[in-house]
Amino acid sequence: MTEAPPKIAIRGLHKRFGEKVVLDGVDLDIARGESLVVIGGSGSGKSVLIKTIIGLLQPDSGSIRIDGEETAGLRGRERDRVVRKFGMLFQGGALFDSLRVWENVAFGLIQGQRMPRAKAREIALEKLAQVGLGPEVGDLSPAELSGGMQKRVGLARAIATDPEIIFFDEPTTGLDPIMADVINDLIVDCVRRLGATALSITHDMASARKIADHVAMLYQGKIIWHDRVELIDSTDNPYVDQFIHGRAEGPIKMQLRR
Amino acid sequence: MNPLATIGRIFLAFLATTGRITIFTARSLSHCVTPPFFPRLIIRQMIEIGYYSLPVVGLTAVFTGMVLALQSYTGFSRFSAESAIPNVVVLSITRELGPVLAGLMVAGRIGAAIAAEIGTMRVTEQIDALTTLSTNPFKYLIAPRLIAGLTTLPLLVLVADIIGVFGGYLVSIYKLGFNPATYLKNTIDFVDFIDVVSGLVKAGVFGFLIALMGCYHGFHSRGGAQGVGAATTNAVVSASILILSFNYIITELFFSA
Ligand SMILES: Nc1ncnc2c1ncn2[C@@H]1O[C@H](COP(=O)(O)OP(=O)(O)OP(=O)(O)O)[C@@H](O)[C@H]1O
Ligand SMILES: [Mg+2]
Repeated sequence: MTEAPPKIAIRGLHKRFGEKVVLDGVDLDIARGESLVVIGGSGSGKSVLIKTIIGLLQPDSGSIRIDGEETAGLRGRERDRVVRKFGMLFQGGALFDSLRVWENVAFGLIQGQRMPRAKAREIALEKLAQVGLGPEVGDLSPAELSGGMQKRVGLARAIATDPEIIFFDEPTTGLDPIMADVINDLIVDCVRRLGATALSITHDMASARKIADHVAMLYQGKIIWHDRVELIDSTDNPYVDQFIHGRAEGPIKMQLRR
Repeated sequence: MNPLATIGRIFLAFLATTGRITIFTARSLSHCVTPPFFPRLIIRQMIEIGYYSLPVVGLTAVFTGMVLALQSYTGFSRFSAESAIPNVVVLSITRELGPVLAGLMVAGRIGAAIAAEIGTMRVTEQIDALTTLSTNPFKYLIAPRLIAGLTTLPLLVLVADIIGVFGGYLVSIYKLGFNPATYLKNTIDFVDFIDVVSGLVKAGVFGFLIALMGCYHGFHSRGGAQGVGAATTNAVVSASILILSFNYIITELFFSA
């Protein structure tokens, strides 16, 4: 039996901003229908990794294959076609503040897929219900929502078009533990039921354990550990060990001085 | 420090910026003329630029027309040339002051608003979010503003022209004792089609430049509230300078032959 090609295959990905090297040769495979969680310290480049895969940032070098197709240099129509496969929850929500909540959620359906507004609204309200928000929230403006509610609207928007690949940038940050678990369930559900492939970023190890099939750790621009989530507690990798136990002492030095 | 090196550096930076703006303009224009179009967004921007600017532009125009009549009276009465006042008012307003003053007022109002709105969308990642939702930010954000700027400012200036001439009329009739019928007849006799058209062409160009500068600086703003503030200032300043310099160029093209 030949192995199916990975949904996302990244090789030698480099990205720097001026002098600052953020990604320094990232190699990463994500299989179809798999949920991968990327962990790593603040500022280690996790958000940059996602944005580079989506094409919001241009890599300096390296290869990004989606369904076997090289996407690193794509532009115009070709890029649009690939982007249709993606859904993304932004770390800061990034809701459109000139539109109402339901219009935010329905945006990809109305603009991207040219769906009639009435039908898109129905779907939007359904997705809002899935993230625990009632229909009355749909007519509010994003500025009227709490931070956690904004995050959930962002999540509803990311999954509204039933994308093949979903990126979650810190989906549970800023949520109470119960709502965080609801969101974890929702992510698991998207992956299991819809067969989506998910790449999530989180600092929340409880969430990582729940949603991940695999975990990868990003440190100094490279993936230094990548394995099944069950193995995360038995690893002898000192970086991972320090990170998941949240110890200040260890090989990862926070640069506090200088 | 070597002063020549400094001058060279500034000159290079100027060239680089000019190049970036040119590329941005070309890219924006190509998205203005290819589908999908967003008529609703265009109309919303037209209302924002045209309708909501009416009060401020109208006030500017009426006072300008009034002061123009007053000042030219002071000058012309010395040579008993008061009859030239309607001529001076209508030509100055339609050719120069209408488009330039309306342009500068709109640059302050709309250029700043566009830069602030698009800049905020940039730093809060809303522009990135548009892309992930299969919507091109150039088509959705920039093209409607450019189209609205280009088409709305001439309408606004046409109104400003009428209000400005009316301001001159008010002062001439009620303060300087002109005969209303003669004043109006002189006004209409003196103004040529080309005077109004050149003013409206200027207005279209200015409207486009205002929207372009707002979009360009907003789109490239970086780093939070401070970056958005800087983008807003740059948008207004660069739009104002461009308005004044293009005003000269267009005048030269229309009237120097
Ligand atoms: N557009 C940009 N221009 C310049 N530098 C950037 C840009 N985006 C990110 N960086 C830099 O890249 C580094 C990694 O940023 P990134 O947002 O990916 O961190 P992160 O791992 O997501 O951190 P966090 O967990 O805090 O969200 C940071 O040092 C940041 O300053
Ligand atoms: Mg991040």
